[in-house]
Amino acid sequence: MIEIKNLHKSYKMGSNALHVLKGIDFNVDDGELVAIMGSSGSGKSTLLNIIGMLDVADEGEYILDGIPIKNLNETKAANYRNKFLGFIFQSFNLINYKTALENVALPLYYQRMPRKQRQEKAMKYLDQVGLKEWSHHLPSELSGGQKQRVAIARAMVAEPKVLLADELTGALDSTTSYEVMDLIQKINDLGNTILVVTHEVDIAHMCKRIVYLKDGVIIKDEKVKQVKALAHV
Amino acid sequence: MRFLFDKNTWQEIFGSIGKNKTRTIITVIGVLWGIFIYIVLAGASKGLDNGFEKNFETVAKNSIWAWSQSTSMPYAGYKTGRSLRLKVGDAQTLQNRIPEIQYIAPVNTKGVFGGAAALTVRGLKSNSYPVYGYFPVIAKMATQKIYDNGRFINDDDEEQARKVCVIGERTQQELFEKDEDPIGGYIRVENIYFQVVGVHKFTQTTPFGTDGDIYIPFTTFKKLYNTGDGAQYFTIAAFDDADVVQVEKDIKSVLKSIHRVHPDDERAFGAFNLGEIFNKIMGFANGLTFVSLIVGLATILAGVIGIGNILLISVKERTKELGIRRALGATPKEVRTLIILESVFLTMIAGIIGIIMGAGVLSLINSLTQDTDFPYTNPTVPIPLVIGALLVMVVLGTLIGLIPAQRAVSIKPIDALREE
Repeated sequence: MIEIKNLHKSYKMGSNALHVLKGIDFNVDDGELVAIMGSSGSGKSTLLNIIGMLDVADEGEYILDGIPIKNLNETKAANYRNKFLGFIFQSFNLINYKTALENVALPLYYQRMPRKQRQEKAMKYLDQVGLKEWSHHLPSELSGGQKQRVAIARAMVAEPKVLLADELTGALDSTTSYEVMDLIQKINDLGNTILVVTHEVDIAHMCKRIVYLKDGVIIKDEKVKQVKALAHV
Repeated sequence: MRFLFDKNTWQEIFGSIGKNKTRTIITVIGVLWGIFIYIVLAGASKGLDNGFEKNFETVAKNSIWAWSQSTSMPYAGYKTGRSLRLKVGDAQTLQNRIPEIQYIAPVNTKGVFGGAAALTVRGLKSNSYPVYGYFPVIAKMATQKIYDNGRFINDDDEEQARKVCVIGERTQQELFEKDEDPIGGYIRVENIYFQVVGVHKFTQTTPFGTDGDIYIPFTTFKKLYNTGDGAQYFTIAAFDDADVVQVEKDIKSVLKSIHRVHPDDERAFGAFNLGEIFNKIMGFANGLTFVSLIVGLATILAGVIGIGNILLISVKERTKELGIRRALGATPKEVRTLIILESVFLTMIAGIIGIIMGAGVLSLINSLTQDTDFPYTNPTVPIPLVIGALLVMVVLGTLIGLIPAQRAVSIKPIDALREE
């Protein structure tokens, strides 16, 4: 699904450049649930942003489901993001004046799907994350866990090839975190490919594979026995 | 362009502006106020314009009254200070020599410019009224409103020097009973009986004139007061396209040549030039219209800049939202269109509300000034001006929307999302 070869990225900080990614080689197969672990500054978020086409690499190859991702302009990147990727953020990033349902339906709007169809589909995914009754509430009326579940529904509604989650439990308490991870695991069990960036060990171990990043290189890449989040709830 | 007519686009825009009510209202007020001021100013100045026109509607707008005074320069053997007297025949000479004159009529009066007003008696009632000797053509220069059943002096009255008269409203009230029909009745003017043929409604048609006048045929006046071929003044109307200032000069110089007055003698003949005054007033009204147009447009501009300003701030405030939209697949073009359409839409809505409110205020002022002397009639703003203003707003709204729109897409989505 994802093939990355010799990926380099550096940021200019005044006169000297900060070399963040120093040659990443990394593959993700269909249906995997991968955790990318590392301390802050290890480059894990940068890697995720490049995979998410929110940022571009300086050097190296990135192939998503057989499509080489290169020479992207903003418009093309936006279309790819819309079609191929679903984002889940640490701070949920819901639009605060839109209801849960409208938030979930937003990616479909950018696919030019008619409103009615859009809402039906959004409702289906809200139901899947267990928030059907909350569809007409504003984000401010939802708890942190509920917000993140809305965000997950939004990430899935366009049926992307890959779900990208950046510290998705960072703003949640541990019980809620496990609930959310349980949902992620269930979604993965349905066959969805998911990448989770985290620095929490217990969250990482709820994935099927952990990639350790340190100072811009992968230091360890191992398959782990998945801990079911349900057991902790 | 397809984007513009897509229902979804508009639903998204309505959602965005409908759910940020405070922001929307504040944004709208700026332009609303601008167009409101514009409409009220433009309408009010048009109302004044119409008001002035109405005040002059009963009298030919290029009327000139000319009269004789006395010379101030010796000429052709005559010494200075000679009294001049206009002659009835001068009117024909003037008309022949000055092609710009449409109508001219000599007038004699008693009790208007000095002299005792005519003692008028009817039965036991009596009073003194000024008397005018009028030619029928006067009615063409100063519209005379004659009450039902009556008429103005006509050519036959003139030819036969009939003893008929047209009386003023007050004259009627003072000499006749309330329910009495004055038409056909007789009144005694200076001991001569005159038959009343009409009652004229009082309108200020000459610089003098009251509601208690008595009009009699010019020839009758001549016989009554023995004025011979003399005339007190001429009422003259020039053609609409004539240069009234020049016509006045021509009249004076022709009169000077007839009466053998020094060409440079400024005091020999006097004239009151309504056309010139009218042109000055209309010039003032036009200036007012122009100023109100400029002020109005400037106010609209200020309003639109206000919208741009608020949108710019709101883009900053919405950085994160726009970042989210872009992460979810909004192209830069779509983000830009969203902001611009919001700007244009708000401008339009504000404009339309402003126009409606402005029209409301105009009609309110109109109804308040309806029965007063204030020269204010039928304030309107021409449709092309309204459409023009709307167009200006849309164009400016788009242009001003471009700035925040460009700002919105210049921030990378990744930076936008990082902003907490």
